[in-house]
Amino acid sequence: MAGTLVVAEIADGKVKKTTQSAITFARQVGGPFAVVVVGSGAAGAAKELAGFGAQKVIAVDSPALVCEKLAPTVAKVAKDGGFDTVVVTASSYGKDLAPRVAVKLGAGYAPDINLVKVDGGKKLYRRPMYAGNAFGWLEVTTPVQVVSVRQTEFPAAEASGGASPVENASPAPDEPAAARAEHLKLVTGSSERPDLGEARVVVSGGRSLKEQFKQVLEPLADALGAAIGASRAACDAGYAAPELQVGQTGRTVAPQLYIAVGISGAIQHIAGMKGSKVIVAINKDPDAPIFQIADYGLVQDLFVAVPELVTELKSRS
Amino acid sequence: MKILVAVKRVADPENMNKIKLSPQGKIDTTGLEPKASPYDEYALETALRLTENGTNTKARLGEVVVVTFGPKETEPMLRAMLGTGADRAIRVDSTDEALDGDVVARGLKALVDSEKPDVVLLGYQQAESESNAVGQMLAEYLGWPQATFAGSIQSQDDKAFVVGREIEGATAELKVTLPAVVTVLDKIVKPKSVQSKHTPATHTYSDGVRFAALMAIMAAKKKPLAEMKLSDLVPDATLKVRYASAELPPKRAAGSKVKDVKELVTKLKTEAKVV
Repeated sequence: MAGTLVVAEIADGKVKKTTQSAITFARQVGGPFAVVVVGSGAAGAAKELAGFGAQKVIAVDSPALVCEKLAPTVAKVAKDGGFDTVVVTASSYGKDLAPRVAVKLGAGYAPDINLVKVDGGKKLYRRPMYAGNAFGWLEVTTPVQVVSVRQTEFPAAEASGGASPVENASPAPDEPAAARAEHLKLVTGSSERPDLGEARVVVSGGRSLKEQFKQVLEPLADALGAAIGASRAACDAGYAAPELQVGQTGRTVAPQLYIAVGISGAIQHIAGMKGSKVIVAINKDPDAPIFQIADYGLVQDLFVAVPELVTELKSRS
Repeated sequence: MKILVAVKRVADPENMNKIKLSPQGKIDTTGLEPKASPYDEYALETALRLTENGTNTKARLGEVVVVTFGPKETEPMLRAMLGTGADRAIRVDSTDEALDGDVVARGLKALVDSEKPDVVLLGYQQAESESNAVGQMLAEYLGWPQATFAGSIQSQDDKAFVVGREIEGATAELKVTLPAVVTVLDKIVKPKSVQSKHTPATHTYSDGVRFAALMAIMAAKKKPLAEMKLSDLVPDATLKVRYASAELPPKRAAGSKVKDVKELVTKLKTEAKVV
């Protein structure tokens, strides 16, 4: 069938929420779509995706954890089903995998798109470039196309009911590269807070917080149920854990509320958060560039303003 | 060990907010100084660290070849990289209009076939298109393993790398048996991020990339810089993707300043309705 193949992302046998952004893309372009789930416990995970309106959910149970194993299988499923578009969410999983799949399919690749437009059957993809300072409209000239979509601009699809049939398929035979890539372990941060990419509120701190980074920001994050982020400078200086970095080389976030505390607003930081709905900046330097994009700016010493903000939020909640 | 480092010249990443749109609707970077894409500079620094003993960086213990796809104007960037420590440079004559990620990946594949490096290093993405694709495509064309988003590399006797991949909220440790393609993040140039075969584990690099000494810049003029034709590497350079047009994103207007915390909370509650 022609149509779209959504590549699901699973971890520990469970579907990751990122998958629902790729489903949103499939719904937006219209036409039939199927979902492929590859990994350990794929059949169980596939059932979680049966209520999203897919024609079918294809489960490939395989111990695959590396893209050298995943790509041949995804490409095989795409070829066997005759799909014209393969989509994955542009998480690190999707960005790692999609280009290899594109090469296998002889397909053009539209990476990290933030909008799709269908014009007379032809798809046009809009993607941020130049640290978010320009959008390019991309055309793919090959019959088969591979796309990765930004989670921040393709909101998670809601279940639509129904029960898509789950079909089992076998993995593609291993290629030589698969024997030369071995996943050793995953070292995760021990945070109880919401994930940066999915939090409704993000509280981010800059280098000026110094050793008091946690002490100042955690009460504010607690008061708002927020995830904690950081500028690159704060991470580089060791005040914040590297996985908290928001910006071009860190995470891209677009929460309902982003509070930048003591962040000056370097271009590479702004690239990672300017899609936020409401931006608050707290900085004692009135000329900090962050104020140029903030909806609400407070020029004050953060060590005074943040504790006061915590008290005020608590007293008026 | 021999390492091929793919680099790209881009408009000054620190000033990309000054980008304009031409009357034809194309991205106009006039006035922005051309520079090497920062992540590619990190890739070069990584390559140098892997092919030296950090306690005596004058002695080269491997070969680093930098390659770019670009016009003659990209040669000063390559010369600068030779000054920084790369041993050879290759320029594949081309313009951005003739390239997409797939063509570059196929060109690099052809170069790898002739140069036979143990590792290809690239920035995880280049600072203009930010496609984050060439390394992975190259690995697939070569049938090699890949390690993307590398924040650390530990060489196991130059036969394999244990790579710390910085992914969402976690570090994934991946072991790739060489030859392999590795794409690097900025964290790769932290003082202890690269553990080479030659450098004692106790050695600490300075944070960031090294700068070329004047003597090295002079000496670099004698280092080989080869020029190749794109058509020799990629006979059929048909593009698989093409940019039809561009636009500038809506500017976020500066909002209002609030006088104190009380006013801020009031606005967030009654105006923005987000708390």
